[in-house]
Amino acid sequence: MNNALIANFAYIVSAVLFIYGLKELGSPATARRGNIISSIGMMLAVIVTLIAQGIVDYKWIAVGVVVGALIGVLAARMVAMTAMPEMVALFNGFGGLASLLVGWAALYAAGITTFTIVTVVLSVLIGGVTFTGSTIAWAKLNERITGKPILFPGQSILNALIMAAIIACAVLFAMEPANVNYLYAIIGLSFVFGIMFVIPIGGGDMPVVISLLNSYSGLAACAAGFAINNLLLIVAGALVGASGIILTSIMCKAMNRSLSNVLFSGFGSTKQIESGETGEVKPITADDAYYILEAASNVLIVPGYGMAVAQAQHVTKELQELLEKNGCEVTYGVHPVAGRMPGHMNVLLAEADVSYDVLMEMDEVNPRMESYDVAIVIGANDVVNPSAREDEGSAIYGMPVINVDFAKTVFVLKRSMAAGFAGLQNPLFFRPNTRMLFGDAKESIGALVREFGD
Amino acid sequence: MEIVYPAFILILAIFLGFELISKVPATLHTPLMSGSNAISGITLIGALTAAGAGGETLATILGAMAVGFATINVVGGYLVTDRMLGMFHKKEKGAANNE
Repeated sequence: MNNALIANFAYIVSAVLFIYGLKELGSPATARRGNIISSIGMMLAVIVTLIAQGIVDYKWIAVGVVVGALIGVLAARMVAMTAMPEMVALFNGFGGLASLLVGWAALYAAGITTFTIVTVVLSVLIGGVTFTGSTIAWAKLNERITGKPILFPGQSILNALIMAAIIACAVLFAMEPANVNYLYAIIGLSFVFGIMFVIPIGGGDMPVVISLLNSYSGLAACAAGFAINNLLLIVAGALVGASGIILTSIMCKAMNRSLSNVLFSGFGSTKQIESGETGEVKPITADDAYYILEAASNVLIVPGYGMAVAQAQHVTKELQELLEKNGCEVTYGVHPVAGRMPGHMNVLLAEADVSYDVLMEMDEVNPRMESYDVAIVIGANDVVNPSAREDEGSAIYGMPVINVDFAKTVFVLKRSMAAGFAGLQNPLFFRPNTRMLFGDAKESIGALVREFGD
Repeated sequence: MEIVYPAFILILAIFLGFELISKVPATLHTPLMSGSNAISGITLIGALTAAGAGGETLATILGAMAVGFATINVVGGYLVTDRMLGMFHKKEKGAANNE
């Protein structure tokens, strides 16, 4: 009894450390310390559980911890910054699976009540959906399966049937807890539901899905906390759940779409609306671009997923340094949904040692767009599309975008004239102040850097 | 009462989470995600109890598997977050060219 009391007091300390750690994540200057504080909270919780929670057999624990820690360390060390969205998706999935297993194991503890059954079902359900959903998200981001929305006739009816079957199994299981087959059915159905939930969502909408799955992994831990009656799981799970929900809502706002629209519409799959605005595209050579940049005193760089694909962040930083040496002020304008997860661009640029005080948010750069001599768009498309502002017929009308077309000159670095993820033509390319620098972003910027060197 | 008490804590924690997270700037959203993801690995302590309580074999096996997956989540999540945050620098003017 005494041991349990000690453990619970230690859990309170852990919860405080998690909360304080998350608070410190609020500023780049203290964020790293915050993460360490949070990990100390986790360490404390684990140690206390090991010594004070009546554990008698350490053999299996040792196996699980050693194998898990080894995989975790290797994955964290080896992952490339560009592959971070996949990594986070995968970790999310493992967290969900762990909660599923914990919920399931709780069934074999003494004193099962109907309330326990309900929470077991919830943790199995949310954990299962998180697991397969994250795995599909990982495969999509990795391009192991197509990044395009996968849609088929009757999809929403099938989803509704799966949901109904899950509820039916849950009710039957609550009435007859001895029959574990119902639980197996729920596990299977939740796996299928996780797959069905992510396949209709396109690559460009991944930031929303990853945020949502992040939230689910927290909620799964929360449900497992109810199942095993552990308050720390409930508190920590709720914090993560809330965090994921906030990120999800920020992402949805940045796309001017509702969550249900992102989840169920298969955006970009069928729509191919031609904007009325077409015209002549004006290509530019690196040579000419250099002369314009040399004369510029204020440059804005707008990165997008294309920068990540081309691994152009380091050479972009080189260009930034050369411009700064030339007496030019360089700022980055980062759209909230640029890339494949929230904050993706910021991490890539931080990797290239770009100082975080020149990374500006959309709302900071838009009001002074006219003052930029040159806006360089690197591998971004939909987030700089002026149709969102001007063309009421456009699928992205109303989405807040970075208004690069108001800058004096716009350079668009692009591989080809293909449309963006939303499948829309971008009138920006035809504007009189736009110049297209075709080719691989890394090579194009490399050419500019060489021009400065000469 | 047994149900109300944890539910009460749940609600308060959700509100606290909203307050904390809405103050995090967009620059840090990726580390926030992987860091909070590591926190969701707290399910590890449930897994430890399940794996080590010396109960039914099935519960032990499930627990051991859960320990493995949750450990990947916790260890990987914290390390990768630390690695990312280690890259965020603010440059002092003038010191730029010495590196």
